[in-house]
Amino acid sequence: MSQPPRVVAPAEELTIASNDEVVIVRQKVRATAIELGFSLVDQTKVVTAASELARNTLVHAGGGHARIEVLDNGHRRGLRLTFADNGPGIPDLQLALTDGWSSGGGLGLGLSGSRRLVDEFELDSEPGRGTVVTVTKWTR
Amino acid sequence: MDRVPILKISDILLVSIQGDLDDHAVLTLQEDLADRVVATGALGVIIDITAVEIVDSFVGRMLSTIAGMARMLDAETIVVGMRPAVAITLVELGLSLGGLRTALDLEKGIALLSRPGPEPAVTDDMSPVGQ
Amino acid sequence: MTVQENTSRHHIERLLRDNEDGILDRWVQISNEPLLGRVNESETRRELHEIYRVLLQSLSRPEAASELRGLLAELSRNRARQGFTPSETAVSVYGLKEAVYELIGAEQEGDEQALRGFIWLSRTIDGLGLYTFEAYSAARDKIISDQTEQLLELSTPVVKLWEGIVSVPLVGTLDSARTQVVMEKLLQTLVDTGSEYAVIDITGVPAVDTQVAQHLLKTVMAARLMGAHCVISGIRPQIAHTIVTLGIEFGDIVTKATLADALAYALRKSGVEVVNKRRTRLAIRAEEA
Repeated sequence: MSQPPRVVAPAEELTIASNDEVVIVRQKVRATAIELGFSLVDQTKVVTAASELARNTLVHAGGGHARIEVLDNGHRRGLRLTFADNGPGIPDLQLALTDGWSSGGGLGLGLSGSRRLVDEFELDSEPGRGTVVTVTKWTR
Repeated sequence: MDRVPILKISDILLVSIQGDLDDHAVLTLQEDLADRVVATGALGVIIDITAVEIVDSFVGRMLSTIAGMARMLDAETIVVGMRPAVAITLVELGLSLGGLRTALDLEKGIALLSRPGPEPAVTDDMSPVGQ
Repeated sequence: MTVQENTSRHHIERLLRDNEDGILDRWVQISNEPLLGRVNESETRRELHEIYRVLLQSLSRPEAASELRGLLAELSRNRARQGFTPSETAVSVYGLKEAVYELIGAEQEGDEQALRGFIWLSRTIDGLGLYTFEAYSAARDKIISDQTEQLLELSTPVVKLWEGIVSVPLVGTLDSARTQVVMEKLLQTLVDTGSEYAVIDITGVPAVDTQVAQHLLKTVMAARLMGAHCVISGIRPQIAHTIVTLGIEFGDIVTKATLADALAYALRKSGVEVVNKRRTRLAIRAEEA
């Protein structure tokens, strides 16, 4: 069995306050994914998820932070991304994770879609308190 | 990021997206293309995404919107050169890009524009070659 | 251990030592009998002689027991690898009982000491036989898992059927990891060869579960996004049944009964016509460049 995952590299903290910074998050996530030896498809999946989540942070909360961490569970390495904001929060988590449901005029695939692109997905939000989304993808 | 250049070759508009576009540049491209279709009376738009490493739901929506707008302006849109990893990710994301026509590369995209209909018209009858 | 048992044991030990050549000859003969010349006799003699030697040692020195087990495991592994059945393998060990029994029967009939000794030896050999069987099945498991791995390593080839038409013949059980790898390879081949048609042939796939069916579907959709068309061929009746039962929507995906039908379809779609000329020759002309 795998050990509980531990963080092996110092976390990288990025601010998300503009479109440019969403691009920077994408680039940093890709660079880390390549470093970890993710397959091309897995790189693309995790960068796409990061792009969706970073945009959510910018569009729904007006900005926030992204954290990139490298994990190790004993036999595989993982990439953990955390997106946190102090925005309005999500009143109905179940609804927010439904395909096609959108509050921001998008396609409504940001949360539900990125959940399918990663191995672990955690959504923590309360109206008025902000939102934290944590996703993890492991090397194959 | 500068504007994405739009090239015109006879009655086709060609856009080759290079590198990582931010959302603003994506929206600008969308508007520019609509303007150019009207200004040139182009019959076809080819968007080459060979160099694009990720297509998220925002870019995906842009592609669909461009195709929809162009169709209303009587132009056909074809997206060419989508990478396998990008296609797999889009499917996983749940984006089907319905209504969008695609081709493997630029050459096949141009060939597709000269053929009518959303599918190459092929009939089941085996009429003699050349008739 | 009682004194009586001890004496019987020494008796049989002496018997084994004094008649080494005779017993060994008979043992080799017995264990080779069911193998019908499938093994080299001198090879068997070498193996059994070694076991005999260490068995004798182990009677007086318990430390030799582990060496004995090592030899038996080696014998079982070899037999398993050569494709012998468990009983053919076990006979190699139990044959020693037969050989000793015959000797006692011929020379020391009615000797209670000898019979007691034989019963003791018989128990020991039974234990060794069971160990052989365990080692045999462990060796078999190893062979099976090695073969499974090799099968996975055999990369499924993506083959070109025609200009613009590629195919991937899938053989064996598909798990989702393997399906994913194969499908990524197929899509990359479409790009590399500029092929607009892909035939996924699943004639060699015995069963399909929900996950694998989903992967196939996703591949077809991804290929479509790239501007290529997939045809799935060789769906067995059971698989068609599973897919329908599972409620998986195959929608407008083109499916054909055989690889040949799929090729014919792809050829026609890409504007190539196959004409049967003078019944024996095939003339093919492209409709357009």
